[in-house]
Amino acid sequence: MTAPETIFAVSTAAGRAGIAVVRISGPRSGEALSGLTGGRLPAARRAVRSRFRNPATGETIDDGLALWFPAPASVTGEDVAECHIHGGPAVVAALIAALGPFEGLRPAEPGEFTRRAFDNGKLDLTAVEGLADLIEAETEAQRRQALRQYDGVLATLYEGWRARLIALLAHAEAAIDFPDEELPDGLLADVLSQAIDIIKEIDEHLSDDRRGERLRDGLQVAIVGAPNVGKSSLLNRIAQRDVVIVSDIAGTTRDVVEVHLDLGGYPVTLADTAGVRDAKDAIEAEGIRRAAARAAAADLKLAVFDAAAESDPATLALVDEDTVVVANKCDRVPAPGKIAGHAPVAVSAATGAGLDRLLGILTDRAQTRLDAGNAPVLTRERHRRALEDARVALSRAQDATMPELAAEDLRLAARALGRITGRVDVEDILDVIFRDFCLGK
Amino acid sequence: MTDYDVIVVGGGHAGAEAAAAAARLGARTALVTHRLDTIGEMSCNPAIGGLGKGHLVREIDALDGVMGRAIDRAGIQFRVLNRSKGPAVRGPRAQADRALYKAAMQDLLARQANLTLLAAEVTDLHLQDGEIGGIVTGDGRTVTARSVVLTTGTFLGGLIHIGERQIPAGRAGEAPSLGLSRTLKNAGFPLGRLKTGTPPRLDGRTIDWAGLEVQPGDDPPVPFSYLTDRIETPQIACHITHTSPAAHDIIRANLDRAPLYSGQIDSTGPRYCPSIEDKVVRFADRMRHQIFLEPEGLDDHTVYPNGISTSLPEDVQRAMVAAIPGLERAEIIRPGYAIEYDFVDPRALDRTLETRRIPGLFLAGQINGTTGYEEAAAQGLVAGLNAAARAGDGRGRFVPDRAAAYIGVMIDDLVTRGADEPYRMFTSRAEYRLHLRADNADQRLTGQGIAFGCVGPDRREAFVAKQAALEDARRLVRDLAATPQELARHGISVAKDGARRSVHELLSYRGVDVARLAAVWPELDRLTPEIVEQVEIDAAYRGYLERQEADIRAFYRDEALVLPADLDYATVGGLSNEMRQRLAAARPATLGAASRLPGITPAALTALLRYVRKRERHAAA
Repeated sequence: MTAPETIFAVSTAAGRAGIAVVRISGPRSGEALSGLTGGRLPAARRAVRSRFRNPATGETIDDGLALWFPAPASVTGEDVAECHIHGGPAVVAALIAALGPFEGLRPAEPGEFTRRAFDNGKLDLTAVEGLADLIEAETEAQRRQALRQYDGVLATLYEGWRARLIALLAHAEAAIDFPDEELPDGLLADVLSQAIDIIKEIDEHLSDDRRGERLRDGLQVAIVGAPNVGKSSLLNRIAQRDVVIVSDIAGTTRDVVEVHLDLGGYPVTLADTAGVRDAKDAIEAEGIRRAAARAAAADLKLAVFDAAAESDPATLALVDEDTVVVANKCDRVPAPGKIAGHAPVAVSAATGAGLDRLLGILTDRAQTRLDAGNAPVLTRERHRRALEDARVALSRAQDATMPELAAEDLRLAARALGRITGRVDVEDILDVIFRDFCLGK
Repeated sequence: MTDYDVIVVGGGHAGAEAAAAAARLGARTALVTHRLDTIGEMSCNPAIGGLGKGHLVREIDALDGVMGRAIDRAGIQFRVLNRSKGPAVRGPRAQADRALYKAAMQDLLARQANLTLLAAEVTDLHLQDGEIGGIVTGDGRTVTARSVVLTTGTFLGGLIHIGERQIPAGRAGEAPSLGLSRTLKNAGFPLGRLKTGTPPRLDGRTIDWAGLEVQPGDDPPVPFSYLTDRIETPQIACHITHTSPAAHDIIRANLDRAPLYSGQIDSTGPRYCPSIEDKVVRFADRMRHQIFLEPEGLDDHTVYPNGISTSLPEDVQRAMVAAIPGLERAEIIRPGYAIEYDFVDPRALDRTLETRRIPGLFLAGQINGTTGYEEAAAQGLVAGLNAAARAGDGRGRFVPDRAAAYIGVMIDDLVTRGADEPYRMFTSRAEYRLHLRADNADQRLTGQGIAFGCVGPDRREAFVAKQAALEDARRLVRDLAATPQELARHGISVAKDGARRSVHELLSYRGVDVARLAAVWPELDRLTPEIVEQVEIDAAYRGYLERQEADIRAFYRDEALVLPADLDYATVGGLSNEMRQRLAAARPATLGAASRLPGITPAALTALLRYVRKRERHAAA
């Protein structure tokens, strides 16, 4: 067996807090910790005050505590290092950014620490019970979601397809296992043509613009704009709390900072991004790169312009039909009539003027993008993947050269659907549990 | 010192195979049965093989069992079913001359070293300190042994129904075993009751063959055994007729006298082998049902009308038969009947087919809720090998798994899921069907058999030579390659992309076979037909076989997580009471087996996985 990769992640809850803990687990966690502190590893299980630096830039990230838990006496059973730092999002982001370039390190997948703890026997029986409860909770949560939104129509849909596939498979199998019986002619041809109906239905279901998943994950809105147009102030005003470190020095927000909102019942994640401009240092460049990626991946952009200044060309280039154009600082000057062909929403992050209108517009947009009416929609990426697998197998069955190969493809398709509704093999279950639940990280 | 190492009770297909297998391993073995002249009797239809069943016979043969060699001597019509479909679902089948089959089986057993055949009635088991100690015979004698294999078929509490008549019997004309049934019940085994049936036997001299559809066998006939070069027994054709609306009317008019419908029989029969009265009631819109008229032997005028199994009263059977085309004047030699019998819930068994309740006692065949000669023989083989291993030097267990053999599929199904109806093998039961083929049973099992010690020198030599030839051929077809231009010169057209294609790739093209490619590469000509078949199948299933192998690896990961036989499910945290009960009843041997139990939830599997991992760590520490 190859050595596991070394993983890292913030172990404390997201958001502003006094202390944040970044945990590193795996064979290279010792190297990573001494790389950050620039010194020897602390004595095992002793908190040692340390200055954390980014080894690439030499820049100090924070003054905090370093802890070292050599295997196996650690939470995951592997070598584990912990950095206890101040809980500001920028500090945490900087430490995470500093860990990325270490060889053999990568960010942890959701639930991966728990998975490793589980594999290494670090969870006791009560933890297993907890785990079992969590699995029950998944069904409960799914049931609630299905009930609230679609009255259970999703499970009915998938189980319906699976039941039809199993029936088709049975027909294909009958033609195989009972060659001497007087079966109807063209049994397999009928089976395959009915499989085409299912392919069409799955295709229709898959082409739903990811509504259900968006509803589950929240509509992603990126705030973009030149430095100092007041993006962070706007975000703070919207969130009505001090979530972002705001300063007058251009480029302070070096990474992506999120605020989660409930707008008219629709989940919306607003992400403040680093200012769009040429970076002067590596960290800022990384922040800007992430900002651009975030903006590109977002469902919606808020393009913020300074009403008192010339419109920033880099921001103008980002405006498209999925963009809400905002003119800030309208307490000082009136908003321009049009920016990039859009009538801007005039706001003032300083006074709060115009925010209600902006939120109203965001709510309308969220509803348009997330509300699927009564049609059943996909709610999880896992379901989407299983449906795609089923579809691939069903298409392959159409071209199968021998009946037993067509049957094999039908079986694989039914099994892919079974993965959604719970008829799966053991390893599949574990992968799903640990991917869909962020357990104990 | 016991009288024997292994005693096998019963001389049917399970018993014969069990005794031969135990003796092959070197165990001092005795086969005990009422009458030695009934060893190898075919009490139902005179045929071996078919879909899934033919696969089982090939697997038995790959482990040097006797069934394949016996049917090769006794077969009078060989047919590979599903010839028009792919290799994985082709099943060899043969009509047997009933007398020749018995003679062949008795001859094979008589030649088997370490094997004694004893004629006696077995009335009870002899137990010692809760373990098996031997058997008690009708004359009150105790014969001791380290292991006992019970293969009593339908003889446990057997009850024959012919219309309103009920006759306690193991099969027509033979007494049932009531004492053993009682003993098993007293020992606390969970017993159930199943039902099966046979059609009336007809006198072939009174059948009007003219005008009936003829079904010829394959020419040349394809043998079952890897050791048989060719079939030398004369071959005959079968005939096909159909029931008629008039026959259906007769059946409907007499349903109140049919034990299946009058309430006289309430045990479960096989859905896939229904009686003619069942077919007429359940498929009322069908105007006719197919009947295969199968001769029971070359010198025997008895005909087995396959398709009209029934327990209607004799007079109704006669009227029904007379309403069937070609059978208007046919005489019934022996009426059809239904038989009810006791079986032991196979969930009481370990995968070696040893009972957990009485260590050293093994069960095989219909007693475990299966139907069919091949299913019985395959279990006999496994029980015989494990009984001998237990009696001997502790050479371990012989348990083929689901990814290796239909035998493994069957045993896993039986011991984890039980039998709600008589269990019969189908190819659709095997999730790795493309891999578990009748043509490669030797590649899957003979090596394992050699390692366990149950394969004789002749087969071992043949196997080693074939494996070497196969390996060479597989290398050859991957090494030999040509460009589109080179292929075009030989009249084989592929996309002109300049890519070299190997023989293996080319064989997956429609209409391309080894014979055709031998024009390009003459060295392919020296491959023997059986090797050619294998490389062509590899190519035909390209992609599919690879996907299935990935599945098999996942299967082995789950199978590697062994659940201890004495696992106390009450100590496994995170299990609901319902899951505890289900698991405790089924006692799955591995986590994989647990995942195949009906109704087991993902949460329960997770809890079990956790428990097993923890236990493994303790064992390692």
